[in-house]
Amino acid sequence: MDLKEKLISSFMAFEERLDVHSELHDVRTSAIKNFENKGFPTKKDEAWKYTSLNALLKNDFTVFPKKENSIQYSDVKKYFLHEVDTYKVVFIDGIFSSYLSSTTHEGIDVCLMSSALNKPKYKMIIDNYYNQIANKEESLTSLNTAFATEGAYINIPKSKVADKPIEIMFFSTGNESALMVQPRNLVIVGENSHVQIIERHQSLTENPVLTNSVTEIFAQKRAIVDFYKIQNDKLTANLIDNTYVSQKQESSVAVNTFSFGGNLTRNNLNFYHFGERIVSYLNGITIIGEKQHVDHYTLVQHATPNCESHQDYKGIFSDRSTGVFNGKIFVEKEAQKTNAFQKSNNILLSDKATINAKPQLEIFADDVKCSHGCTIGQLDETAMFYMQQRGIPQKEAKALLMYAFSNAVIESIKIPELKQRITKIIANKLGVKIGFDL
Amino acid sequence: MLSIKNLHASIGDKEILKGINLEVKAGEIHAIMGPNGAGKSTLASIIAGNENYEVTEGAISLDGEDLSELAPEERAHKGVFLSFQYPVEIPGVSVTNFIRTAINETRKANGQEEMHANEMLKVIREKSELLEIDRKFLSRSLNEGFSGGEKKRNEIFQMAMLEPKLAILDETDSGLDIDALRIVANGVNKLKSDKNAIVVITHYQRLLDYIVPDFVHVLLNGKIVKSGDASLALELEEKGYDWIKQEQEA
Repeated sequence: MDLKEKLISSFMAFEERLDVHSELHDVRTSAIKNFENKGFPTKKDEAWKYTSLNALLKNDFTVFPKKENSIQYSDVKKYFLHEVDTYKVVFIDGIFSSYLSSTTHEGIDVCLMSSALNKPKYKMIIDNYYNQIANKEESLTSLNTAFATEGAYINIPKSKVADKPIEIMFFSTGNESALMVQPRNLVIVGENSHVQIIERHQSLTENPVLTNSVTEIFAQKRAIVDFYKIQNDKLTANLIDNTYVSQKQESSVAVNTFSFGGNLTRNNLNFYHFGERIVSYLNGITIIGEKQHVDHYTLVQHATPNCESHQDYKGIFSDRSTGVFNGKIFVEKEAQKTNAFQKSNNILLSDKATINAKPQLEIFADDVKCSHGCTIGQLDETAMFYMQQRGIPQKEAKALLMYAFSNAVIESIKIPELKQRITKIIANKLGVKIGFDL
Repeated sequence: MLSIKNLHASIGDKEILKGINLEVKAGEIHAIMGPNGAGKSTLASIIAGNENYEVTEGAISLDGEDLSELAPEERAHKGVFLSFQYPVEIPGVSVTNFIRTAINETRKANGQEEMHANEMLKVIREKSELLEIDRKFLSRSLNEGFSGGEKKRNEIFQMAMLEPKLAILDETDSGLDIDALRIVANGVNKLKSDKNAIVVITHYQRLLDYIVPDFVHVLLNGKIVKSGDASLALELEEKGYDWIKQEQEA
């Protein structure tokens, strides 16, 4: 039985065990139908032309992990930010870990998706937001919708600034020989409110993991959301991240994706505009090697006038790694005075590394400013010689240049402690001990 | 200090240096002059270890040690400094960060401790004052958006920080107005001692009014065809290079 059959045949039994209100049953049922019709995407699908799930899906993934597996804080301490206090919503093999978490209901809700889905007091919010911006036609999103029970639920009411950044962490322990998890996050940020969120999926062993996650973000009027995704996982970890952002007028949402690790990573990042003077930022740094694969698939749907979007993706590929950047900007007829910019700059450090970059602009309004630029190059040899001449060894010079290359995106990190952390990961990744900042 | 013997070098099939001989001793200032395309910058690059050129014959040594197998950074660690004619822009790396990395890597290579942050800041302050560099300038990205003069001043600032044994100044005067020229030359003169040596590469005599050479060499078509004292530079300024060419042909 392949994974698709396994999932479909276990759906009924799974659903019966759940005690959730009937609307959700309907949502799940139509989602599994959509997945059943479409199945896992293949290279024949235009959107998956450069990313194949075939090899991955041959694993015999466990879809429902056995009961809770505890891990010690000391085992995972290093994945959290320390220099700054944070709220923490932590999951182990898909199950909430109250021991590792630090949630709150004081003024803001930073808690669990399962309670939001089950408790009557959240019913109205779930009805209004849950699965409302996620693409119901997309098969992997549907698969998540069919099975999702857990994840982070964050609700920042009107005119509130979350007093601490929020870390959402998903650990997998390798308890199962191969595990598939489908976390589901919902983030609602009220009018004039502000929140900073860090999301990370981390495998703790070499056992294969497939994470198919869906995150819905709703930014109300003038809300500011800074979202950071840290992907620095084991070579046996695979992530399909489906993130959907809904923005109301004058809101500003930034999603920064740092892809340093994992076997296969696919980031489906979608922005939808519902109001004027919205700003969206999509930033990414990808630094990978070996046979790693990272695919950024972005969509910005400009539907209203006077909005902006800025996409800036930097990629550094060594060994036999492969990268994909597919950036779609859609400007509807009504979306006059749109400013939409897209950049994808890539460096290939090896003859065997590949990047497929594909900008896709569909513009139906006539008074807009849109630009896109993809570059693929090698490290600048003159700059290398210059740095070496000043006594900086080749390896360090290379690292400094690569750091400089990704600097524009690093500068967009608003949490200083996170910026330090990312800088450190980059230095590690590049195999050097130099500090980049002074 | 620097000893170059019968140096031949090419890029691709094209031979650019055709047998250079040059001896530079500690405490000396040498000027290498010559028309465009004579091979001046190539010579500078090759001494610094640029791998785009192939040395086909001859040898370069520093204090008796053969440099030919050494990488550019290893030569730098031994005290070779090249002020670039066209300093490279490196967005995202600040001047301070860059010089700090350069100094500490050099110290590491020479078995010394890293320079303490306080000391580093003190030296930076000192040397930036010497070159009349605004402190704000130091936090900017290296050479990015710098004017021609700022780039050159920044090169000499780095030279002051690194205190090389042998400094090669490649067209350091180009792009400098007269005030900047004076500041840069003044900086170079203050760094000069009887322990180090300077090779100035230039088109024009102008810079040599400020940095007075002990020896002047004329490089023509890949060879040093004439050497003399500072008065040779004045003669070149007055008469151009043609008379030397004619002398050669005769």
